[in-house]
Amino acid sequence: MRAKNSVRALGLAAAVVLAAGTARAQVSDGVIKIGVLTDMSSLYTDLGGQGSVVAAKMAVEDFGAAAKGMKVEIISADHQNKPDVGSAIARQWYDADKVDVIVDVPNSGVALAVNEVTREKNKVFLVSGAASSALTSDKCSPNTVHWTYDTWALANGTGRAIVKTGGDSWFFITADYAFGHQLEADTTAVVKEMGGKALGSVRAPLNTPDFSSFLLQAQASKAKIVGLANAGGDTVNSIKQASEFGIVKGGQSLAGLLVFLTDVHSLGLPVAQGLIFTEAWYWDMNDANRAFAAKFAPQDKGIHPTMVHAGVYSAVTHYLKAIEQTKNDTDGKAVVDKMKSMPTDDKLFGKGTIRADGRHIHDMYLFEVKKPDESKKPWDYYKLRATIPAAEAFRPVEKGNCPLTKS
Amino acid sequence: MAQETARAKKAGHRHQYAIFAGMVALFVVLPFVIYPVFLMQALCFALFACAFNLLIGYTGLVSFGHAMFLGTAGYVTAHAAKVWGVPPELAILAGTAASAALGLVVGLLAIRRQGIYFAMITLALAQMIFFFSLQAKFTGGEDGIQSVPRGVMFGILNLQDMMTMYYVVLAIFLAGFLLICRVIYSPFGQVLKAIRENEPRAISLGYNVHQYKLIAFVLSAALSGLAGGTKAIVFQLASLTDVHWTMSGEVVLMTLLGGMGTVFGPIVGAFIVIAMQNYLAQLGSWVTIAQGVVFVICVLAFRRGIVGELGRFLKKPL
Amino acid sequence: MFELLGISPQALFGQLLIGLINGSFYAMLSLGLAVIFGLLNIINFCHGALYMMGAFVAWFALKHLGLGYWPSLIVAPIVVGAFGMVLERSMLRHLYKLDHIYGLLLTFGLALVIEGVFRNEFGASGLPYGIPPTLSGGQNLGFMFLPNYRAWVIVASLGVCLATWYVIERTKLGAYLRAATENPTLVQAFGINVPRMITLTYGLGVALAALAGVLAAPIYQVSPLMGSNLIIVVFAVVVIGGMGSILGSIITGFALGVVEGLTKVFYPEASSTVIFIVMAIVLLIRPTGLFGRAH
Repeated sequence: MRAKNSVRALGLAAAVVLAAGTARAQVSDGVIKIGVLTDMSSLYTDLGGQGSVVAAKMAVEDFGAAAKGMKVEIISADHQNKPDVGSAIARQWYDADKVDVIVDVPNSGVALAVNEVTREKNKVFLVSGAASSALTSDKCSPNTVHWTYDTWALANGTGRAIVKTGGDSWFFITADYAFGHQLEADTTAVVKEMGGKALGSVRAPLNTPDFSSFLLQAQASKAKIVGLANAGGDTVNSIKQASEFGIVKGGQSLAGLLVFLTDVHSLGLPVAQGLIFTEAWYWDMNDANRAFAAKFAPQDKGIHPTMVHAGVYSAVTHYLKAIEQTKNDTDGKAVVDKMKSMPTDDKLFGKGTIRADGRHIHDMYLFEVKKPDESKKPWDYYKLRATIPAAEAFRPVEKGNCPLTKS
Repeated sequence: MAQETARAKKAGHRHQYAIFAGMVALFVVLPFVIYPVFLMQALCFALFACAFNLLIGYTGLVSFGHAMFLGTAGYVTAHAAKVWGVPPELAILAGTAASAALGLVVGLLAIRRQGIYFAMITLALAQMIFFFSLQAKFTGGEDGIQSVPRGVMFGILNLQDMMTMYYVVLAIFLAGFLLICRVIYSPFGQVLKAIRENEPRAISLGYNVHQYKLIAFVLSAALSGLAGGTKAIVFQLASLTDVHWTMSGEVVLMTLLGGMGTVFGPIVGAFIVIAMQNYLAQLGSWVTIAQGVVFVICVLAFRRGIVGELGRFLKKPL
Repeated sequence: MFELLGISPQALFGQLLIGLINGSFYAMLSLGLAVIFGLLNIINFCHGALYMMGAFVAWFALKHLGLGYWPSLIVAPIVVGAFGMVLERSMLRHLYKLDHIYGLLLTFGLALVIEGVFRNEFGASGLPYGIPPTLSGGQNLGFMFLPNYRAWVIVASLGVCLATWYVIERTKLGAYLRAATENPTLVQAFGINVPRMITLTYGLGVALAALAGVLAAPIYQVSPLMGSNLIIVVFAVVVIGGMGSILGSIITGFALGVVEGLTKVFYPEASSTVIFIVMAIVLLIRPTGLFGRAH
């Protein structure tokens, strides 16, 4: 009886909903709303987190949105590194809070989830913090731009440079999850292509506190290069313990495949010195970057901007430029098409383009961590080893098999 | 004695019907006021917490590995819907069945242990399920199974429509909730309570205690699976979060906060916890601090939970 | 024989030693948990958070007070132990007569709060802490390179574990403590201040965690997350050893370090899970753990 009633109530309610649904048509409200979805509480807080919000705000200010009569609002949330939390927030933002674009999203799992929601709702997703190159291959979307870096670019930059200087045999310590596997696979491909060889790898569970066992295995492999296909705390711990176990003193070299400025900061130069890796941006490379950092750091607990922060700034700037042209923020795909048709140019990333598969193309850089006595000021950590020109930095579009590029 | 409880049951029940009716009415109108996806998430967790409460509140078994049932069902449902292409109702059913089967295995292993040892053995088994979920190919590692199609339920209900989806979730939740209530107030439920209060006495009365516990455990696992499967369809996603041990901790928090052993408590608890996670998400790391503080205050001051304390104040079981 | 498994006997010996070193952290942490459980009947879920605090105190002392590693070994356990005693006096005290689950839940909440506060204050990527100069470098043992610091860890941890065991099982003070858990009223009647003794015991257990934290600071990153990654493993160690068994927790701690170390060689993906497999098996065969007795 009760069940019957509730079925009837359900039907009634559904009818009401249908009526209401048609009345609630999608009209842009004259406000461009940017949602910064990032990790505010865990592994990636320092490289993204509050800093990404700061970067987005600075982009809006520098763009002069107010003077141009554009009303821009920024909100932010913590995805807690959980794909379901991230996708729930994304849905809520798009459906209820009238958010037009989501930026950042460090953590590939969450980014892939937001990628799908954004496609479904036809909004815009600007990825800065996530690494997965799947975002521009089989998972590519007409609503997504992958801005700062990806696993392919990191593997390519670091792998190529190291094999060139004679590091032709590799052993990998890989974080045992999809992102780590991909990083290892991408790097192995590059190393093999260059005539080097991969001697083996060991899969370490995520958040392993102790890497010494894996380091001993790396030592026993006699490989010239120990590649660290991991991120965040795992990278930091493995580098720290590698120094303890004398990996570098024993004649092997470490290659960090994903290292951020904040990781180097937390390791300290005595431990991190000599490490080679690829990044998209460094604050102390030119005056524009330094000026940005000087303005940024006081707003983010003194943390100097990472490439993820700079990527957020650059992506938001380009997005606003596109909106200025289209004067319409409701059709996400149209906005992204506009972004792809305009060359990118801003004070942090310089000139670049966005490919049909959503990949932002720009120079990448190979850095080496300075020795403690070379560092002259706080956060003075990197020296530039090589610039990887934009044309070579990213996976060629035909190798990505992105469905968007096939039609 | 039996008559007395029967009378008390009748008298004590009327207000529960009233509350239930109020709750249903509230949930029917709520999506017009509050964002429905949030409500769907909360309803899934409410069902999960109610299922958990069946164990902790009515049987006295503290499982510290309940995430494995939520997560397993999520994976199976997502895989069935996405790869096998079955309609959502069958996918959810498959997920529920998988969790029930897992519950049977875990139950057989764990049920003979008591107290903290029971909690620990469920934790250990849940960690193994987590490991399996991480390693197995079909689960997609930390990316999870993404873009699961919502599909069309029973061939007529298009779940792509948010409100349709909402009412389907509500119906599933209510069905699960009513089943739990039915169990609690059945003779079977009375035996469970007797076991919770005094296990040796129940044994001496001739009840096969292990069998009762096992049935309760499997039921709880299956309903947790129902919640997990539904959640996978709602979010079109199954991920490691749902199998991680912190999820097992969260469901304890929900149940404790709402009130262990109360009918409506876990629902209230789940809504508060999910609301905290959603609406405090802007505060970043303060969310965990707030959760911790809630935990501490609950244990120190409101051990009966919100609904439990309210029930004591009103002198009525809620 | 070993060559067939893809690893030489020498390398295997190295891995065993590494496992033993990691086991020494498990032993120290589970010892503290066992002491607290045995004497207070509280399952101290915030043990990991207090371990993390120990490491942070060491970092803070170095950075802001100029206190090096050696003084920190004493300062950090005292500071964190005092903090623990405040927790015990203000909160845990009210839970002794209740079911275990409440103690577990309360300390779980406390762990969330403590970790949250540190994360807010210091970020998540951690802070650098160097190996003390006197212990830097290492020895080439032929089959492996053993850093001096790791050798020190294993020695220090063994020493502390044995000392604790001795105090509790072989001294008069320990006898009072054990008696107080069996029958507090009777011990109180003998004129011993039982509540104070319990507070001190909790302080001791917590201080052990802090000490482990200081020992860990130079090899693991000093990070707010360092405790939460470890806590349920340590928890499993205590359960396997038998809850409340002092000697059990020490032996199991070292043994499981070795088991985990071997897993890292033969099936590294499972190295974080193997302990739970052992726990399930042990609980199915011996419900009260390897060294526990039925309550």
